Amino acid sequence: MVKKVIYGNHAVSYGAKDARAEVIAAYPITPQTQVVELLSEFCASGELNAKFIKVESEHSAMAACVGASATGARAFTATSSHGLALMHEMLHWASNARHPVVMANINRAMGPPWNIWTDQNDSIAQRDTGWLQFYCSTNQEVYDTTLMAFKICENDKVLLPGMLSLDAFVLSHTSEVVDMPPQEEIDEFLPPYNAKYKLDLEDPRAFGSLMFPDWYYELKYHQQTSMEEALKVVEKVGKEFGDRFGRHYGLVEEYRIEDAEIILVVSGTIAQTSKEAVDVLRKEGMKVGLVRMRTFRPFPKEKIRKIASKVNKIIVIDRSISFGSEGAFFTETKACLYNEKDRPEIWGVIIGLGGRDVTVEDITKIAKKGKDGKFKINEINWWGVKL
Amino acid sequence: MEEELYEVRFHGRGGQGAVTAATILADAAFREGKDVQAFPIFGVERRGAPVAAFMRMDAKPIDIKTQIYEPDSIVVLDSTLLEVVDVAKGLKENGKIIINSSKNASEFDFGKAKVYTIDATAIAVKHGLGTKTNPIVNTAILGAYSKAVGNVSIEAIEEAINEKAPRKKEENKKAAREAYEKIRGG
Repeated sequence: MVKKVIYGNHAVSYGAKDARAEVIAAYPITPQTQVVELLSEFCASGELNAKFIKVESEHSAMAACVGASATGARAFTATSSHGLALMHEMLHWASNARHPVVMANINRAMGPPWNIWTDQNDSIAQRDTGWLQFYCSTNQEVYDTTLMAFKICENDKVLLPGMLSLDAFVLSHTSEVVDMPPQEEIDEFLPPYNAKYKLDLEDPRAFGSLMFPDWYYELKYHQQTSMEEALKVVEKVGKEFGDRFGRHYGLVEEYRIEDAEIILVVSGTIAQTSKEAVDVLRKEGMKVGLVRMRTFRPFPKEKIRKIASKVNKIIVIDRSISFGSEGAFFTETKACLYNEKDRPEIWGVIIGLGGRDVTVEDITKIAKKGKDGKFKINEINWWGVKL
Repeated sequence: MEEELYEVRFHGRGGQGAVTAATILADAAFREGKDVQAFPIFGVERRGAPVAAFMRMDAKPIDIKTQIYEPDSIVVLDSTLLEVVDVAKGLKENGKIIINSSKNASEFDFGKAKVYTIDATAIAVKHGLGTKTNPIVNTAILGAYSKAVGNVSIEAIEEAINEKAPRKKEENKKAAREAYEKIRGG
């Protein structure tokens, strides 16, 4: 076991190295560049026995990962913001062809105006590409999720690509303590990828050929059922990881929700700060709890329904916006509760776009405003907007 | 004091190593069993422009992920910043300010804050860290921090320098030790 004080970016690099990624194709973009720098050093020094492919764009990076994964290799890349947007076509490719590529995305706002700070609009915009999406809140979780993502995505019942997101600067450029297990224990947890279907001269197959309407529809059905299976696999792998390494993970993290009357639904680093806010409010006697969303795709509907059945009020805090609608986590949370008999009141708050800092005080004020029933229903509640 | 959240802000100019200083201090506190965070002010750095960096330490796990607005102590790597940046902004009452300066601490007035000075530039030049016109003072000033604040030992800082300093580890450790012994004020 090695504990080190490292950047979130380097937590990704160490995760990919310890997962023994075999092919890494990446193109640098602020604030992700350090991920690729360190991985290229690992490859150059021989510490990681992987093929590092320098590419001319993110579109090519993902194309190279798709090709590598098709041959049965464990493929990895990292990007951010506009880089992710440029990959869009190939994201569909990876998922539709069922290649379990793993990618780290540093959540950074989309320009113009140019902004290198954090929000989730880049990854949320890739919602329908068929990728699993994980949101991390500490550097430790970034490292752990990189390892778990390979195991989840490569599972026979899933076979879909996965993206883990971490907030620009708040994690990417922040040094925190990260505990990295011995390589042999990681190897036991994550054996080499043994692709069931791959490009193989002895057993030739084709990927990505023409599919007529009589069968395309069925493939989409299976993509969806695999996503639904992934709900179970995420929980199973998170438990196995915890049993081995002492840190348990699930689809959501519940924080002080027992006896809570009001619950905050949050993802990313804001959720971590919100824990402090929950502690402050609990000391004041407020029955408040937190649900930290670890996955956005698949969306943990059953979990949310179960938690919501015990509370009166829910505030969903989004660090992204679907223009013309509202925050994405807000929409999804409401949608999965619509058919419930006993629905809580629910409000959506948008906060922290483009990296505006979100403080403990912001969260305590939001929780109090919700408790007092002072948020607008059926409208976006903007927090701290200067008008 | 060691049992509570403790927050430090570093002021320097791009290229002086303020971010590295924050990271080395975090690494040192981690070696003494603390949970830690170190981060730059989130943004674009340019050589010579004022920059800031932050360090948090706590005996308990740290959840909070915000910037630091009310630091317990402040470290100034370049005294010319005193004219252009409000370095004491948000400093807690009875907080500490450690300034890289050849002057006596009594020549600075920050109200209730305790002021310390160390000629980190001279120490850095003496140990061949950086150049005469562009000395790297971050390790020397950490030695001064260790003595002034007392919540991270000089030995832990030396170990952290071994881990994090990209080159001249021995010279950097000597500079930290010398500053630890020569700091004035309080």
